[in-house]
Amino acid sequence: MEFGFANVWRDGWVGAILQGAALTVAVGVLAMLMGLVIGTVFGLIKWRRVPVLEWAVDLYTTVVRGVPELLIIYLLFFSSVEFVTNVARAFGFADLAQGGFAFIVAVVAIGAIASAYATEVIRGALAAIPKGHVEAARALGLPGGRIFRRIIAPQMLRIAVPGLNNVWQTTIKDTALVSVTGLAELMRVSYVGAGSTRHPFIFYVIAAAVYLAITLISQTGFDLAERLLRLRQRG
Amino acid sequence: MWDLIQQSVPRLMSGLIVTVVLTGLSALAGFHLGLGLALMRLSGSRVAAGFAKAYSTLFRGTPLLVQLFLFYYGLGEFAFIRDTPALWWLFSEGSRCAVLALALNTAAYTSEILRGGLMSVPAGVTEAAQACGMSKWLAFRRIVFPLALRQALPAYGNELILIAKGSSLASTITVLEITGHAKRLMSQTYAIFEVFAIAGAIYLLFNLVLTGAVRLLEWRLMRHTRPLTGAGIAAAPAAA
Repeated sequence: MEFGFANVWRDGWVGAILQGAALTVAVGVLAMLMGLVIGTVFGLIKWRRVPVLEWAVDLYTTVVRGVPELLIIYLLFFSSVEFVTNVARAFGFADLAQGGFAFIVAVVAIGAIASAYATEVIRGALAAIPKGHVEAARALGLPGGRIFRRIIAPQMLRIAVPGLNNVWQTTIKDTALVSVTGLAELMRVSYVGAGSTRHPFIFYVIAAAVYLAITLISQTGFDLAERLLRLRQRG
Repeated sequence: MWDLIQQSVPRLMSGLIVTVVLTGLSALAGFHLGLGLALMRLSGSRVAAGFAKAYSTLFRGTPLLVQLFLFYYGLGEFAFIRDTPALWWLFSEGSRCAVLALALNTAAYTSEILRGGLMSVPAGVTEAAQACGMSKWLAFRRIVFPLALRQALPAYGNELILIAKGSSLASTITVLEITGHAKRLMSQTYAIFEVFAIAGAIYLLFNLVLTGAVRLLEWRLMRHTRPLTGAGIAAAPAAA
């Protein structure tokens, strides 16, 4: 091959790829955090069977989990692009908005998808907590907030970790899809590199390797978390 | 609104045909590849099991979009692929490439699902089949595989929906399936939410059909657990 890893290194693509990878991780982490917060709220709504809201959450998770991620990204991107451009132009920082805007849309879109999957995981974990624990806490007169913090959340977390690991793995891979909005994350950088050097193979192989590194490293992290939580249970 | 429906529904429906074909072909090929990989994983051969494990890690650890671009844009770089008519036929066109990438991708996930199913078959069942004088292949076909499939079916139903959703990525390599048409309609009509709602409803209906088909198969495979009805014993007292 006349174009190899040496060229990628010499032409400064390595820096661009690393920056893209950092952006990928940033989008993934923020989306996952959003998914955890919304997923916990939605999961509690489903678990407590809050009237009306329960149906709204059901509709949300059914639609978001049943419709392709790409379609959701197009919906959020296209419907907000005009709005944001107008607002930004009115305040005179159109250029600044372009970069930040794609990032925000990416986090919101991927976070919305992660929320739907996290909701199901957390609802399942909540359902696995013995009813007697919550009843006992209530009988002791603990306030609702403390029951959640001391009784529900710790048990829920332990049961939910393997499921949340799956959500995270899916989320980090889903971030590749936001490259269609032009955000310069790992996939977009690889696409640009592939196009401008006319050597797509090496760029996509590098992208695949970086994604693999991210998923394998986080897998190890989750395995560790699972083991730590299990240890505490024993002690 | 009526104009929009008239304009978008026929195009999205023609996209649905493409989505169905992509999903069907990838699922068909992916299932068989996945079964092969699951058997390699459980074969006891270090080399075969190692290969299947590495395959599964690679394809499940990277985004489908990267795999798709690697096949579609990446492999075209090599002269020997461009010069081999059979390979170039496969890699030069979006929809064939999409089926290939989807099939290889789902094979990795399917292999994990089927591996779980195969491992759930009790050893005694296999031993009994052998004691009856069944050959290994016959025991697999008649005893082990149906039991494993029954166990794996609910998870495989989810996988089918993931394939259907994954087929939307074909729109990034020029294939006009539902999402590809939806994107075009969004930028032509500016009725972004409406187009999303119609396209989304089509996907949800397709998912419903897929889940229904899996349920039907599950119902058929579980028929030994149901009381006999109709012409069977259970109906007899009612008739008397």
